[in-house]
Amino acid sequence: MDSSPIRSRLAGSHGRVYWRSLGELADTLEFREYLHREFPEQASEWNDPKGRRQFLKLMSASLALAGVGACTKQPTEMIVPYVKQPEDMIPGRPLFFATAIPFSGVAQPVLVESHMGRPTKIEGNPEHPASLGATDTFTQAAILGLYDPDRAKTVTNRGAVQPWGAFLSAMQTAGSRQKATQGAGIRFLSGPITSPSLAELMATVLAAFPKATWHQFDPVARAAAQVAETAAQSAAGDPLYHFDKADVIVSLDADFLTCGPGSVRYQKDFAARRRVTDERKEMNRLYAIESTPSLTGVKADHRLALKAGEIEGFARELAGSLGAGPGAAAPQPGASVPRPSTPEVAKWVASVAKDLQAHRGRSLVVAGEYQPASVHALAHAMNQSLGNVGTTVTYGAGLEAAPTGNAASLSDLVRAMDAGQVELLVMLGGVNPVYTAPADLKFSEKLAKVAQSVYHGLYVDETAFLCHWNLPDSHPLETWGDARAYDGTVTVMQPLIAPLYEGRSAAEVLAVFTAQSDRRGHAIVKDYWTRAFNSGGWAMRAPDGQAFRNVDTFWKRILHDGFIGGTAFADGGSATPFIAAAPAAATGAGAAAVTDAPSPAAPPATPVAVAAAPAQATPAPVAALQGGLELIFRPDPTVWDGRFANNGWLQELPKPLTKVTWDTTAWVSPQLAKERGLADGDVIELKYRGNTARMPVFRVPGQPHESVTVFFGYGRRMAGNVGTATKDAELFNAFLLRTSDAPWFGNGLEISKTGARHPLATTQEHHLMEGRAPVRVATLEEYRNEPKIIAEQGEKPPKTLTMYPEHKYDGNKWGMAIDLSSCTGCSACTIACVAENNIPVVGKEQVAAGREMHWIRVDHYFAGNDYDTAVEAYHQPVPCMQCENAPCEVVCPVAATTHSSEGLNDMVYNRCVGTRYCSNNCPYKVRRFNFLLYQDWDTQSLHPMRNPDVTVRSRGVMEKCTYCVQRINQARIDAKREDRDIRDGEVVTACQAVCPSEAIVFGNLNDPNSRVSKIKAQERNYGLLEDLNTRPRTTYLAALRNPNPELESAASRPATEH
Amino acid sequence: MSQIFHRHTNIYSRLSILAIVGFAAILGGGVAMLNVSGYNTNQDRFVEQPIQFSHAHHVGGEGIDCRYCHASVEESAFADIPPTKTCMNCHSQIWANAPILEPVRASFRENKPLQWARVHDLPDFVYFNHSIHVKKGVGCATCHGRVDKMPLMYQQATLQMSWCLDCHRNPAKFVRPRDQVYNMAWERPAGDPEMGERLVKEYKIASVGQLTNCSTCHR
Repeated sequence: MDSSPIRSRLAGSHGRVYWRSLGELADTLEFREYLHREFPEQASEWNDPKGRRQFLKLMSASLALAGVGACTKQPTEMIVPYVKQPEDMIPGRPLFFATAIPFSGVAQPVLVESHMGRPTKIEGNPEHPASLGATDTFTQAAILGLYDPDRAKTVTNRGAVQPWGAFLSAMQTAGSRQKATQGAGIRFLSGPITSPSLAELMATVLAAFPKATWHQFDPVARAAAQVAETAAQSAAGDPLYHFDKADVIVSLDADFLTCGPGSVRYQKDFAARRRVTDERKEMNRLYAIESTPSLTGVKADHRLALKAGEIEGFARELAGSLGAGPGAAAPQPGASVPRPSTPEVAKWVASVAKDLQAHRGRSLVVAGEYQPASVHALAHAMNQSLGNVGTTVTYGAGLEAAPTGNAASLSDLVRAMDAGQVELLVMLGGVNPVYTAPADLKFSEKLAKVAQSVYHGLYVDETAFLCHWNLPDSHPLETWGDARAYDGTVTVMQPLIAPLYEGRSAAEVLAVFTAQSDRRGHAIVKDYWTRAFNSGGWAMRAPDGQAFRNVDTFWKRILHDGFIGGTAFADGGSATPFIAAAPAAATGAGAAAVTDAPSPAAPPATPVAVAAAPAQATPAPVAALQGGLELIFRPDPTVWDGRFANNGWLQELPKPLTKVTWDTTAWVSPQLAKERGLADGDVIELKYRGNTARMPVFRVPGQPHESVTVFFGYGRRMAGNVGTATKDAELFNAFLLRTSDAPWFGNGLEISKTGARHPLATTQEHHLMEGRAPVRVATLEEYRNEPKIIAEQGEKPPKTLTMYPEHKYDGNKWGMAIDLSSCTGCSACTIACVAENNIPVVGKEQVAAGREMHWIRVDHYFAGNDYDTAVEAYHQPVPCMQCENAPCEVVCPVAATTHSSEGLNDMVYNRCVGTRYCSNNCPYKVRRFNFLLYQDWDTQSLHPMRNPDVTVRSRGVMEKCTYCVQRINQARIDAKREDRDIRDGEVVTACQAVCPSEAIVFGNLNDPNSRVSKIKAQERNYGLLEDLNTRPRTTYLAALRNPNPELESAASRPATEH
Repeated sequence: MSQIFHRHTNIYSRLSILAIVGFAAILGGGVAMLNVSGYNTNQDRFVEQPIQFSHAHHVGGEGIDCRYCHASVEESAFADIPPTKTCMNCHSQIWANAPILEPVRASFRENKPLQWARVHDLPDFVYFNHSIHVKKGVGCATCHGRVDKMPLMYQQATLQMSWCLDCHRNPAKFVRPRDQVYNMAWERPAGDPEMGERLVKEYKIASVGQLTNCSTCHR
């Protein structure tokens, strides 16, 4: 694409420019199409391969039969009551249960809404310190994972269905044979484990088979951080950040807001320190030095794009000017660390160092999850010298129960497999090495040399296909278990529903190798915690600080709360290391008497004989310079390492910054694209260390010029009906390029254009606002000096400027405020809305036609006048504005959308005839039309997933955000039944509940003391397109930035006038 | 050129126009009648049930309160169909061997739920909530009729939207004192025409505006 029009447009513009995409800047044809037609040409036409004649025939038939469709007679429905109704169950009212959804072994604490025994919606656990009520996108989408019709359903051996007993006897035979060699031929492979009960079980198994080895592998492991901490300080552990205490934050390629097990809490804390109210006009300041644009980076007040390999050099410079830890800063022998030395970097180092020094004890340096150990050591040294350790960063004892060297551990396993030493390989918990293992290990080839392989997972995936035994895993919502949250809090998992298929949890499969081969999850977990409680080795107490009276109240209480108080690192600190107090003591203290279980072998102090001491555990950090481009690996923001590939909700969630759905892309900088003549969607061939893969490219402003970022998770060959790659996309697999010596980045990449094009469905140019100041921005200083600066950025017509009479509201008047300063663009709101409101998945082709059905979308605007390095970006969640003067209401010929007495724009599906006038007249483009029958009515397993409080819409009907009217109605009825008014905060919309940064606030505008009224009273409150006099009742709080005056160049200063 | 048709054929064309209009009117009227007929609404029709349970006997004869079986009516949208256990509370003692009750005993014995056919079945896009109606003084009999006189249960009202709106537009005509909600035989006192208005105020029944919001019932 020719970029000259972009440059001339930017040069010719006055004031501040906001733009969605490079297409908008270049004013391309495609962009104009989206702008003027909303849907691309022919999107509203019959898209089956049928001619016009056929179309007319069908139309005349449907006209003749119009109305007859409404004549369906309801079939007789049955009511099936209980035989004995369970206690606490009130038919028609949901129950909420506390449990956890583990992510890479780490608990994400949740409350699950259950309608008559069917889990339908996941919320965060408001009392759990790792959630405080919020969740992330993956956790929200777990509900679809539970009901996924493609899940593995039965035990199979070489493809033939087998009873569980057959597996049991096969393992007993293998086990007794292995007894002779003390299990030398047995290998286990799992993901990282934080579960105390599973760790004990593992220790028991390894005690019975002392020469067996347990390996752990996670392609997106945080191993680097752990190893670094081990090296940097004597105690091993994970850094725990306390963003609620940090005023100046430096991120060294860290995406702490949206990646990692603590991100939900981190977002909450970060947003709390950043929130500007009338009382508190202070903000934290975030500097991001990063290689691949991330949501954390674009949230930063200052962002510097460096190659991934240059981050360490920058860290050294910064540490040097802080005078931090000369030992840590000393270059490693043999490693040539490129030091970026442009004047810009020098200026950055000086300014950031100065700012950090000025905030000693209130600052924080965060090293990236995917940066090598040396960067973590430098970050640690800097935090130490700034006096941050103990305040803004603390170190927990190891989160994982028995960490093994991750990639090194997998290499060991593969070596043993190659040498024919592995007679029985048991892979637990859906670890999928055939797909995710580094390419140089050639895992699938080596797997063929294993005499007997067992695969346990939720899907029959690439690895399962090559294994002898396949065991279906049970979904976390079907499982008894436990896991630790990022801060160490022990989180208890209870099943919401009996396993839908023959699934068994990892612990239940592992029990096969113990003396009690048929123990089920409940017995394992309850028994473990009973002994732990009786041993007294843990400082366990209820969240309110009370001690538990006895083991029964303890067990009931932890199931009710979902977690055990007093088990966080902060409470016990490293003084009560996790394993030492664990059942070793419990069994020793005669706790075995509590249970009829034979006393399990006391686990050793370091519990498990882990795979050979990881001598080379420190991954060779920075690959030697080899010229060429730099290749950076990242997990995909929506399907991660491919484990969520079969989840339609996550596939259809627009990926941050590019808004691409259903596909992966290789990110290139606009400049590199220009040099190589690449346009978005051009398929390139990537050659890297002898491996080859293909990817469609996407130009991303802010990407370093000589780096290409690829994302894991696509090109899957056996993921399920949703996730399996099409033939032409099978090579879009970043794992094909990954080698074990440089897991996250390395030089020497060659790219070449193949000439092929891969159409991408990106929503970035959908639902445009014609550039009418959709986001308003000011710096903190400007806002402090002159709060009117926000109002001056737009025009607000007088209230009297309407022909329609004023609406009167006697009772409640609902409204919403969205703080653009807090929003990080994580899109959890979109997934929460999908889950709450039964929103269908439409598929890639339909998204490309502009027909995605999301009721709340997250618009993303780049800002600034230099599109190459555009680093500033703003996110704007857009639900229905529920306008006071709603343009949609007046054009509906059948009154299917009307104004309610509480201010909502009601949408009546059963009255809608599908003229789409309302959508044409909506300036915000928030109405969604169900063009085809998007909802899956046929798949049985999806029926119980749907929220029974929300209509499942059919074809030909308009739908849109309702402010979660089902929740409003329930709260209203509850309030009336108790003869009171609805309390402030009683109605929480799904998007508000999930938001980790509390950017969305909903409430009653008629109550001047409600939270939303107070927020809307701030002077940075404005309405989107309010010059149209629609008087939206969803309004926004302008984004505020807190730049460092020393770094803020005059060019990127926001214009104070238009 | 001579006329093909004789003049008197004009009468046929006029008549046929009339006939078409008439036919359309009759067809329209027929469809409208069919729409409100019991065929469409299931009004006044008996439904086959696993056990011919008699409300007339249990409510009218024995005087059992509605809430003994429909236990969640004051708390939930759904009034609850009793679990088999509720039947067995009495029928393990009385009529314990009656052949007609064998399905109940079988259900209890085999832990298999009874399957009742729904008599009052609203379309799935309508969200009716029992608890709020009971709270605001809408009697059971107002919608369900004199259940105490129904040997077999049937749907007395049309359950069509216009029927709902009759009350939502004018609740004063239908509400009764809260303590009479479960009284099947309650009748509006003739000497107190103001009672409805008074109760609407006293029970803080929402404005007609709110009661007729689309989202009150559809969401």
